[in-house]
Amino acid sequence: MSELKKEDFLLFLDHVTMQFGGLVAVDDFHNGVKPGELLGLIGPNGAGKTTVFNVITGIYTPTKGRVYFAGMDITGLRPHIITHLGIARTFQNIRLFHNMTVLENVLVSQHHALTNSDADRILKKHGMPVKRTGRFWFWKAILKSPGYINLEKHMVKEAEELLEKVGLLDVKNEKASALPYGMQRKLEIARALATEPKLILLDEPAAGMNPQETEELMEFIVRIRDEFKVTVLLIEHDMKVVMGICERIIVLDYGKIISEGTAAEVSSDPKVIEAYLGEWENVS
Amino acid sequence: MPMEKRLSTKTKIYLTIGLIIVGALLLWGSNYWLESYGQRILKLIAVYGVLAVSYTFVNGITGMFSLGHAGFVAVGAYVSALLTMSPMEKEMSFILEPLIWPLNSIQTDFLTATIAGGIAAAIFAFAIGYPSLRLTGDYLAIVTLGFSEIIRLIALNAQNITNGALGLKGLTEYTNIWWAWGWLLITVVVIASLTYSSYGRALKAIRDDDIAAEAMGINVFKHRLLAFVVSGFFAGIGGSLYAHLLTTIDPRPTTIGVFLTFYLLIMIVLGGLGSITGALIGAALFAILSEWLRIFESNITIGSITIKGIPGMRMVIFSTLFVVTMLVWRRGIMGMEEITWDKLYNWLLRFRKKGQTAEPEPKRGDVDE
Amino acid sequence: MSARMFMQNLFNGLTLGGLYALIAIGYTMVYGILRLINFAHGDVFMIGTYLAFYGVTLMLLPWWLAIVVAIIGSAAIGFLIDRVAYKPLRESPRISALITAIGVSFFLESFAVVVFGGIPKSFLKIIPNFLKKIVTIGELRIQVLTFFALAIIAGLLVLLLWIVYRTKIGMAMRAISTDIPTTALMGVNTDTVIGFTFALGSALAGASGIIWAMRYPQIFPYMGFMPGLKAFIAAVFGGIGSIQGAMLGGFILGMAEIMIVGFLPQLAGYRDVFAFIILILILSFKPTGIMGKKLTVKV
Repeated sequence: MSELKKEDFLLFLDHVTMQFGGLVAVDDFHNGVKPGELLGLIGPNGAGKTTVFNVITGIYTPTKGRVYFAGMDITGLRPHIITHLGIARTFQNIRLFHNMTVLENVLVSQHHALTNSDADRILKKHGMPVKRTGRFWFWKAILKSPGYINLEKHMVKEAEELLEKVGLLDVKNEKASALPYGMQRKLEIARALATEPKLILLDEPAAGMNPQETEELMEFIVRIRDEFKVTVLLIEHDMKVVMGICERIIVLDYGKIISEGTAAEVSSDPKVIEAYLGEWENVS
Repeated sequence: MPMEKRLSTKTKIYLTIGLIIVGALLLWGSNYWLESYGQRILKLIAVYGVLAVSYTFVNGITGMFSLGHAGFVAVGAYVSALLTMSPMEKEMSFILEPLIWPLNSIQTDFLTATIAGGIAAAIFAFAIGYPSLRLTGDYLAIVTLGFSEIIRLIALNAQNITNGALGLKGLTEYTNIWWAWGWLLITVVVIASLTYSSYGRALKAIRDDDIAAEAMGINVFKHRLLAFVVSGFFAGIGGSLYAHLLTTIDPRPTTIGVFLTFYLLIMIVLGGLGSITGALIGAALFAILSEWLRIFESNITIGSITIKGIPGMRMVIFSTLFVVTMLVWRRGIMGMEEITWDKLYNWLLRFRKKGQTAEPEPKRGDVDE
Repeated sequence: MSARMFMQNLFNGLTLGGLYALIAIGYTMVYGILRLINFAHGDVFMIGTYLAFYGVTLMLLPWWLAIVVAIIGSAAIGFLIDRVAYKPLRESPRISALITAIGVSFFLESFAVVVFGGIPKSFLKIIPNFLKKIVTIGELRIQVLTFFALAIIAGLLVLLLWIVYRTKIGMAMRAISTDIPTTALMGVNTDTVIGFTFALGSALAGASGIIWAMRYPQIFPYMGFMPGLKAFIAAVFGGIGSIQGAMLGGFILGMAEIMIVGFLPQLAGYRDVFAFIILILILSFKPTGIMGKKLTVKV
């Protein structure tokens, strides 16, 4: 493998190792996501894919190594700060705010711009634009000041525009838990997009979907990448999804990167074939 | 589902102002219509309302399970009582050990004392919330319960501040209809305004799924603490009203201890966890029922037969009601819904439509929800 | 503090700790299986003492028979609480079961006020005379009751460990605390096992209550609240879910409480505060307790 330079990447994991007691879930992960690309992270069950996500999003602090995002060292920062800096995610087992409406689910994702002074300090330190200025939003929200009412209107407008783009505007007043499965997946992606991320991490978005729904989802992912100008990192168990849309694929097995390249390169790599064995047949 | 009609914001504001004016007139009228007993219940409803709404803000809306509300009520009650008592009264009450300086020489008006009680309770809420709000679920419940017991034990033991087991007696009954309902109005307006803002959405998101909320950029700890402090503030306000309604405050578990928290829990569970209007309904029901159920505890004479009252029967009935609610009707009266002008309007429309067109029987399907 | 005082406190601490341990086991077993703080557990402790009291005063049983009957009665009440109040909520959010548990606790207390009366009753006449005698060992003066209590506590703890580790139902209890659905698939009737766990824990709580009442001979409807809370803290301290942890936690807590008051008598009014401070410290720094396993949330 040739030498990787972290400047070429939007997100870069520099020799990241994540260890739980004696178990090494991620072993010396040294790679990243380039700006604008649609990268797939695949591997057999238990290969450590979700752990990689949890390290990136700050749920775990890596045992060794650093995580860089857009030139900032984000290792060990808390999840809400990392989101504010521009990384959003979805979850393998859908985690919507089930007692809230579809619209409210999306509005929640805009809230962080009001309060995240810790994250703003980091952004300022790196000379990056701060998302939404203004202070005392808490008091303004209680007193319903004109400024707050305008902000609220603006937030609703943005949320509705986003819902329209993903095709969920018709159900905006439904409870999230009342949506059919496929729509819940879409809403989770929309909710992540509402945080205005530069990078979005999708954790097995096609899990539990039938082939037709999966097909639609693939188109959807490509479309949001282009429309929202986001970089996408996708974990997927369903090989068809990854092979179909990802420009570059990283294969993980027992926490180690065993292969990297385009769909064609990866699928002809003997190491990958060995790791997958039985599951490989589903693809061809 | 038929299209829900919505009223304009302006109409809603007028309606709300109208409701407040009508409510104020009714309260003013109650001075003439109601005996002092009825007025007492009316005041009790308002005080319980303040406590229940502030409690449900933490337990229902933010979804933390605190059992420490009575502790904040106690702080508010003691602080305000110490401020409204005159130096002479204090000297006479503190017979075992004199009250420490400067508390023994200051006296303020009721408004200042109440706000001071609220602020003191908010400070306690911050100090308690900071170490404990990283815990969730049942551990948080037990830790907050522990803290409220600590507060009660301090009230019992800090003789030169709280007058120990004797408590503070003979307070002036400052809590009249206007103070009680005025503070209830402020509490409801502030809590509702906060709940229906971006902050409230963040709190509800934390209630539904704190890990997802954190992943959407919400500082979960900070928001939990915020809700806890706001709730503590109004608990302190309520505590001041409570003390100056009872005219006495002491460290028994039934006055400011775990039983008060239980009573408040009954109110918000009956009303529906997560609903502000539900908490108000629960508070009113509790205040009225607990007076009405006194008949079980006093002797009843019918003709020549006297049925002996059973002391403590009220609480058996309340706790049975509470457990049954949890088992068969967990959403309570309101669930997580609120009574809003929009809902009332739509309800009215449906009601009128049914009357005018005399529809024989709406199909099961389109009776919505 | 003199050596004599120290020894005296040692015995007191050991007994108090043993009583906490007996209650804590019930908390830890139920929590290990259902992840539920059985708030009503402290009230079973209270009801056990009243059953023994009325066994002697109303039913005129000999004291030892009254105690046995009261312990069986406590077990039955524990079983009943689970069946009526908790079993219907097995599939509900954990917090609903907790709220219900608080309601049940409140119900039992107010029920006790109505049925037994709110005024404290003296337990003195239940204690047989030979237990009230005082033995003198060197400078030490110790009631026979203390030895009796320690012997009963030790016996019950050994019996419990035997049931949990040497019997079939004990094996089922241990299996169920790891994984309820899988255990059910193995053909174990999980409801029976859970019911048995409640009964077993409640029997210990009842026994603890009776010994408690012999040492502090005043019984009243709210007497179970504080010991119950402290025993729960002991269970958390020892590592919730671990029976040995609950025993250890109980003894440490009881001993600490007696010793702190022994060394610093001016803090006696705050003795109940220590337990809560320990709870807050342990939850902040080592939430799994001294012997507990980690219960993780999967993301």
